[in-house]
Amino acid sequence: MKEQQFQEKIDLEKKIEPKDWMPVDYRKHLIRQISQHAHSEIIGMQPEGNWISRAPSLRAKMILLAKVQDEAGHGLYLYSACETLGISREELVEQLQDGKAKYSSIFNYPTLSWADMGAVGWLVDGAAIVNQVSLQRTSYGPYSRGMVKICKEESFHQRQGYEIMADMANGTPQQKEMAQDALNRFWWPSIMMFGPQDSDSPRTGNAMKWKIKRQFNDELRQKFIDQTVGQAEVIGLTIPDPDLKWNEEKGHYDFGEMDWDEFWSVVNGNGPCNIQRLEHHKKAHSDGKWVREAAKDYSKKQKSTETN
Amino acid sequence: MNLLNYTLRIADSSLISAQRLSEWCSKGPTLEEDIALSNISLDLFGQANGFLEYASEIDGSKSADDFAFKRNEREFYNLKITEQENGHFGDTIARLFFCSAFNFLFYTELSKSKDETLSALAAKSLKEVKYHLKHSKSWMIRLGDGTEESKLKIQESLNSIWQFTGEFFEMDKIDIEISDSGIGVNNTSLKEEWNKIVNDTLDQAKLTRPEDMYMQTGSKKGLHTECLGHLLSEMQYLPRAYPDAKW
Repeated sequence: MKEQQFQEKIDLEKKIEPKDWMPVDYRKHLIRQISQHAHSEIIGMQPEGNWISRAPSLRAKMILLAKVQDEAGHGLYLYSACETLGISREELVEQLQDGKAKYSSIFNYPTLSWADMGAVGWLVDGAAIVNQVSLQRTSYGPYSRGMVKICKEESFHQRQGYEIMADMANGTPQQKEMAQDALNRFWWPSIMMFGPQDSDSPRTGNAMKWKIKRQFNDELRQKFIDQTVGQAEVIGLTIPDPDLKWNEEKGHYDFGEMDWDEFWSVVNGNGPCNIQRLEHHKKAHSDGKWVREAAKDYSKKQKSTETN
Repeated sequence: MNLLNYTLRIADSSLISAQRLSEWCSKGPTLEEDIALSNISLDLFGQANGFLEYASEIDGSKSADDFAFKRNEREFYNLKITEQENGHFGDTIARLFFCSAFNFLFYTELSKSKDETLSALAAKSLKEVKYHLKHSKSWMIRLGDGTEESKLKIQESLNSIWQFTGEFFEMDKIDIEISDSGIGVNNTSLKEEWNKIVNDTLDQAKLTRPEDMYMQTGSKKGLHTECLGHLLSEMQYLPRAYPDAKW
């Protein structure tokens, strides 16, 4: 009965709110998805954070730092959205550090040149936006509202990434080489951000019926590729896919086969930075333990003075 | 020429403090604090940018970026305290607190400068450093009056950074000249107020004011600690390695 009412609400495009009844699996799916998204924002601070100290101009430095700070802010909203489902931030962080919760595999690739700051903004944030725009219509209220807010900032990130890429591509031969190299390294991992092909996606299950997910992986991936190819052409860079070709009949680009062995290998922990990213997070967390304890003790003391 | 040097001193202290604080990004003890430190760093980069733009205007040939990325160690005039390594969170907070208390007093005075640009830049910076002072002060108190461990740690941080606080109040020929002309600040006159802020905070934090000791000096002549060279070599790497590139 309850389940039927729940589904009716969803079918009418009404949002589910924290205090509403929801199926156990709906809650579980959301916690998994939102926390994965939050962890991605937080771990995603590292590859870009890697270049803050070396950003080549004052302007570039301020933009990059503001961008990474935005990501921390997105992580914060998303952890809060997740907490409305009855799980604490501490538990979520624990799941990340234990490896029980995942984050986007894209962040397990290293950022090796300044052009990577362009590629990450243009491609990685670009792919993220395509996904997030679709999630603005997700059925869970706090998640949907979080996405609306996040999308606004992400589109600014994507533009700044593209601007770096364009400047590099039009710069000295060395800069252009860095830009092409960054595109070569980030292209395939970016299009794999949309997850496995729908025919192989293990978790889609009820996500479409419950309108947690609004579009299929392959549909979103196609949308991203279609919009990105032209952008690469404009700045004179070549997408590293010999099979990429406009298909007049379909009105979409055809593209080559993705390396799913690599995808699953990185998802399962065997990528170039999987260990480093988690170690970095754990170290910051354990280095900060004494600070968090001090703040807690201090606030306890303050409360007890107030009550006395 | 002296106005250029005077402006660079202010700009460099902001720039180097900002660069140091930005190293905290993704390493903060909480997500909220990570955001706060990045925020302060961004304010300081903004301030540095403003003062460097002015330096560029006075100089007439170098850009703000040239000043930031193409000068050598001996041509930087930031206070030595700003270039000190971050250490643990308490070390960073102690450094930030001392600097913010000074900046607050310094910009309050500089905002009255006869030089309109300096006065406007100071007024804008003042709004921001008020928050930096509030934030770092509240951490001084929380760490000092938190756990046994935090008290010990922050006290050690204070003791070790104390030697760098003498430079705030130094006046050399350039400072005297600029201050006498109504453009600059008499740093010596800020000491009493600074002591008040520090003593009051340390009282609240139940911490002990370090004994007077040997005080570091030299930054006004471009003489620095060994920390600065490493910071600059990282910060300036791209423009130095690719001098023809535009970014």
